Amino acid sequence: MNFKHKFVFLFPGLFVLIGILIFPIIFTIRLSLSGWNSYTPEMNFIGITNYIRLFTDDPRFWESFFRLSFLSVTTVILQYVIGFALAMMVWREIKFKRFFRVIFLVPMMTTPVIMTVIWRTFFHESLGPVNDLLGGLGVKPILWLSDPVIAKFTVIIVEVWQWTPFMFLLLLAGLLSLPKEPFLAAAIDGASPFRKFVYVTFPLMAPISIGAIIIRLIEASKIMDTVFVLTSGGPGTATETSSFYIYIKGLREFQMGYAATLSFTYLVIMIISLTIIAKVLTKLMIKE
Amino acid sequence: MKTIKTCVTALISALLVFSPVAYADKWSDQFPHIKATGDIPGDCSYESMSKKNYKGKTLKINTHAVPVMGEPTALHAEQFAKLTGAKVDVTHTPAGDLYAKAMVPFQAGQAPYDIVFGFSNFINDWRRYLEPVPKKYVEMKQMKDVTPSHIGVASWDGVMYQFPVDGDRHYLKYRKDVIDNPEYQKQYKEATGKELKVPTTWKEYGEMAAYFNGWDWDGDGEKEYGSAEVMKKDDLMYAAFYSRSAAYSKNPKTPGGFFFDLETMEPLINNPGFVEALTDWVAATKYVPPGGINFGLGDEIGSFGGGQTLFSFSWDDAFVAAMQPDSPINNKVGAAQLPGATKVWNRKTNSWDEGFNQAPFFVWGWAVGVAKKSKEKEMAFDYLCFFANEANHQADIGIGRFGVNPFRNDDFKVDVWTQIGWDKDIAQSYVDTLAQMEQSKNRVFPLRVPGTFEFNAALATAAAKALAGQLSPQAALDEAAKQWEDILNRVGKDNVRKAYAVGVAMEDNKQ
Repeated sequence: MNFKHKFVFLFPGLFVLIGILIFPIIFTIRLSLSGWNSYTPEMNFIGITNYIRLFTDDPRFWESFFRLSFLSVTTVILQYVIGFALAMMVWREIKFKRFFRVIFLVPMMTTPVIMTVIWRTFFHESLGPVNDLLGGLGVKPILWLSDPVIAKFTVIIVEVWQWTPFMFLLLLAGLLSLPKEPFLAAAIDGASPFRKFVYVTFPLMAPISIGAIIIRLIEASKIMDTVFVLTSGGPGTATETSSFYIYIKGLREFQMGYAATLSFTYLVIMIISLTIIAKVLTKLMIKE
Repeated sequence: MKTIKTCVTALISALLVFSPVAYADKWSDQFPHIKATGDIPGDCSYESMSKKNYKGKTLKINTHAVPVMGEPTALHAEQFAKLTGAKVDVTHTPAGDLYAKAMVPFQAGQAPYDIVFGFSNFINDWRRYLEPVPKKYVEMKQMKDVTPSHIGVASWDGVMYQFPVDGDRHYLKYRKDVIDNPEYQKQYKEATGKELKVPTTWKEYGEMAAYFNGWDWDGDGEKEYGSAEVMKKDDLMYAAFYSRSAAYSKNPKTPGGFFFDLETMEPLINNPGFVEALTDWVAATKYVPPGGINFGLGDEIGSFGGGQTLFSFSWDDAFVAAMQPDSPINNKVGAAQLPGATKVWNRKTNSWDEGFNQAPFFVWGWAVGVAKKSKEKEMAFDYLCFFANEANHQADIGIGRFGVNPFRNDDFKVDVWTQIGWDKDIAQSYVDTLAQMEQSKNRVFPLRVPGTFEFNAALATAAAKALAGQLSPQAALDEAAKQWEDILNRVGKDNVRKAYAVGVAMEDNKQ
């Protein structure tokens, strides 16, 4: 009797879950088994043809995935290091602490697309102020957006600028919630600031750090707007990421069925790889 | 008596002569956009539209972002609303999303917009969702003046689906003040042993662009460069590549396809003609402005129109922008046909045919149609007809940022352009260039087949890889050709062949 009542109360939540999570995933899987495109706009069933194409005949997707891995891991590491340093800086009693806390958050509050347009103007190789400034110092113009290697680092610079504040915010919140006793004990023992950081602050911050890194990795792996506005994936395909590639296939070339295949495969890969990363980080950063 | 007769005759004559002006002024007072010409009588003139009553009705339009095509759409929507009492909602969409924004509701059987703007090469995908242009409009006087090439571009198998509002082609733009400068001609001759003149081949274009690259040749204190080109992937760069390829690959002796061999449907884009063009283009990365490899169309227009480069080739917009009164190079530019080549690939003999070859590229341009499921079809066609009426058209083509370019025989008259301040010889070179393209028998038309987007995107990606140094020109085009084969297999060779035959008939002068 009670058992049935439980289900009645579970239904509303279950419906919402099915509506917003399960249905889109099931629909994506079904779409991925169809050949929906601009010339055959129908949910026909073509089996695993799209998956065979992806795994045997689409090196561009895998290149974009490995490029994405490089970009997201690099940006998140940099965001973590810089964010932690900034959080440590304003954690202590310093002058204008509140002012700095707000200033550090400004990049995150701006609209990514608009800011990327501004960054693109900064880095414009013939008309932008960055090369003008460098020219004034006698440095040759740098091909910020035209060189396949440098363009990747330009994307990293913009991403780090935009999202370090998010890392800063999480880590500052973590620092402010730390218990005082371990720090008092370390002070009584005469620990240097460096040893305090290595043996007290960092280990205590590990759970929060892992959470922050994973959240940022999830977000960074969806990087799209920065690439879209800054380089359009170029030069060539040098900065093309998975989400940008899926966008091209889905909404530029209108290969809806194949784009669904890419999306679903990407989702599975991300779930597996982020689970592994979380486990590895936990093992490395949290000592029992 | 004789005096009275003379006076009456003079009065009547004066009335006859000046009445159109007075009539025109009535509308140009209210609508300053047409102040140069006033209203021009016609089926869709201001006068005719003012007699329509669309009060209480709403027209929904999806168009491009402001200014290119978006600005004239909104302007004429406002005018149309004032004249007819209709409510007109205009939505502005970035170029890259125009296709999907119409296609998604089309495929779902909906019509959120009565009028959809896009590109002329969407026609094959869109035509099943578009209402053919009614006979009444096709037979109007203003339509009779549209050139046969642009009627062909707007039609499919003889049925007009897109209402002509714009005419596009790629041609060469150059700095006349440099090319015609005797001092530079002498300097160039001394340095290279060659004449400085309007380039007639891509090799000459490259040599001149390389010479005039990276130094201040117009004395403005800034460095200038050789050429501004659309090289950014996914930003229409494939069209620039086709323009560069036409001279090497469109052989009048081998009809039956430029992109594919119509008989076998074998992709031709990796033949030595295309490879030669891509090799030239890779060399061009050395004489574009810093960052030029990432130039989209807007950058190209801004770069050449702003006086940064010696050459440019693409749509009319860069030329018209350069001729705007506020342009730093106003009346310092010239127009000419796209450069040619001294050899052209013959796919039948598998060898080069020596001799000069040139092929104009009638690249796709802005196109607009009325949704089949629209409930306001009559009003929608009236709007489009009004958009393209003589008075609006003449005002629009003189404004570079509008993106409305010549497509009527009347546009090829010099005085249309001298009236808006162009020097006579520049106007002459411009209309001659456009007219020669119309007359050419060796034209290339854009690819308009099922899967057009996939074909063009595959080519653009491959060409972009070559420009970025990721692949050699041959390897890049082999990769593109392989992808074209895959796309053909997915779409079906016969489907593509059937559609491609329509374009080939135009190229082979059979239509």
